[in-house]
Amino acid sequence: MFALTALESEAILLSLRIAFWSMLISLPVAIAVAWLLARKRFYGNALLNGLVHLPLVMPPVVVGYILLLLLGRNGALGAWLWDWFGISVAFTWRGAAVASAVMAFPLMVRAIRLSLESVDVRLELAARTLGASPIWVFITISLPLMVPGILTGAMLAFARGFGEFGATITFVSNIPGETRTLPIALYSMTQVPGGESGALRLLILSVIIAMLALFISEILARRVRARIGG
Amino acid sequence: MEVNLQKRLGEFSLDVAFETEDRGITALFGRSGAGKTTLVNMLAGLLCPDSGVLRIGGQILFDSAARINIKPERRRVGYVFQEGRLFPHLSVKSNLYYGRRFAPKGERYVDGEQIIELLGLGNLLSRRPATLSGGEKQRVAIGRALLSEPHLLLMDEPLAALDAARKSEIMRHIERLRDEVGVPIIYVSHSLDEVTRLADHMVVLADGGVIAIGSAVDIMSRPDLSPHTGRHEAGALIETRVDGHDSFGLTALAFPGGVLRVSGLDLPDGTAVRARIRARDVAIATAPPHNLSILNVFEGRVVEMIANGPAAMDLQLDIGVKLWARITARSAHELGLVPGRQVYALIKSVAIDRHSLGLAMPPNRD
Repeated sequence: MFALTALESEAILLSLRIAFWSMLISLPVAIAVAWLLARKRFYGNALLNGLVHLPLVMPPVVVGYILLLLLGRNGALGAWLWDWFGISVAFTWRGAAVASAVMAFPLMVRAIRLSLESVDVRLELAARTLGASPIWVFITISLPLMVPGILTGAMLAFARGFGEFGATITFVSNIPGETRTLPIALYSMTQVPGGESGALRLLILSVIIAMLALFISEILARRVRARIGG
Repeated sequence: MEVNLQKRLGEFSLDVAFETEDRGITALFGRSGAGKTTLVNMLAGLLCPDSGVLRIGGQILFDSAARINIKPERRRVGYVFQEGRLFPHLSVKSNLYYGRRFAPKGERYVDGEQIIELLGLGNLLSRRPATLSGGEKQRVAIGRALLSEPHLLLMDEPLAALDAARKSEIMRHIERLRDEVGVPIIYVSHSLDEVTRLADHMVVLADGGVIAIGSAVDIMSRPDLSPHTGRHEAGALIETRVDGHDSFGLTALAFPGGVLRVSGLDLPDGTAVRARIRARDVAIATAPPHNLSILNVFEGRVVEMIANGPAAMDLQLDIGVKLWARITARSAHELGLVPGRQVYALIKSVAIDRHSLGLAMPPNRD
């Protein structure tokens, strides 16, 4: 039987927790950014679009290092956070969630933006003539019609966060029980003699989890689409 | 309502000014590209005019001088779009009641149950828009706009996407709404059939401006507007009342010039009916005709003769009401027709089909 060792279940639970929180905190921000990019013409639109996509084209290690410089105890933002709130994310699982969120952000924004662009503006105008304010229109019309894209974006972000390696190890290092996520544990095992079988087990596990996530999101999206209809 | 709005959109410029009553159905009539939808979008607040004033009832919705521009959600102007625009993720019932929560509680005059009954939506309530037919979608769209408690209802070619049978069905519903709900309606159309059947007033648009405004009866009887109303559709609209049905399946429609017999109408005596008589369906005789299949023969005089191209002649006749006849120039010559001449106008009953007849609004019903 495929019984999990303590080390394995620790890494999996940690990875799941990090992926979940990174997805959750970036979701509202991604919806807001997608809305800005899709519906508003403003000065700096191209710049924002570029910034959002930066993590997609930069080496993850560079992103991790930038995060360390920014959010580390001595970093510009990190020092401020520490002085005012006593919060530090460097070398904690929260930091790993931040790294995952940043790395997955472009994927999430792209999926949500696509779905927002497919929402018929004429439906939104119809809702306005029926008496709904723009915010109310967004909540009752645009957002429900975007659900398939939001689900896709969330799933992509979750999967990306679950597998995040480069930025995570650079920013929050490899601390057992705190930041040793499944991919980092796998990497560690390949670095010690006789770790091959453990690495293989983690590999299989990560494939299973990724497939499950895909499967579940696909089912959800299909259900939502059937509900929304044509 | 008072409309005086200007707008430039690229090459197209719209400049319209007119006033109409806040009751009944006003048709906004014109060819495509005349600016009908642009104007209606400005009435709804979806498009901002460059300048002008818009007043509906006692409320000013737009005034460029006073920098007033009420947002669409505050205008209380219902809008039935050509394509329905139902919300695909909501049930028919949720679609219908979508706008209701935004209407101030003290100002609700529309009875939801009554609208659902009038539009025959009772057994569709739990359905989703994707499963509805085209006619059903438009009925729901009309109901949804009405349930938002509008002070004015805009309908932008609501029947354009439907087949003839569906059109007739929806028009029946719109007639009932006009008579029983009492909300003023602006009805955008380029179809004379629809306007004949529904409209009390008409505003004719061409190239971004108003070229005629008045009662539907007056406007439709003006031959100078036929380039806009359709060359082959030129004719007169006369107001009649149902005056009995005969055993041959014909209905008698009484009007000041006599009795017009048309194919049977299922309407009670006394019902006001507008009949559109196309000029090309009217023939002329100079002596009382005998042994003729045509039942509708009216004595009258030629008032005016207007050449219509090289071969045709439009005659305005006075048979108690205004009537137009289109005959060949050759016939006019051979019959020796001149203004003032006594003639007989012949109209085939079957030329006046259901599309040429409209139920007029009962006068001054509030």
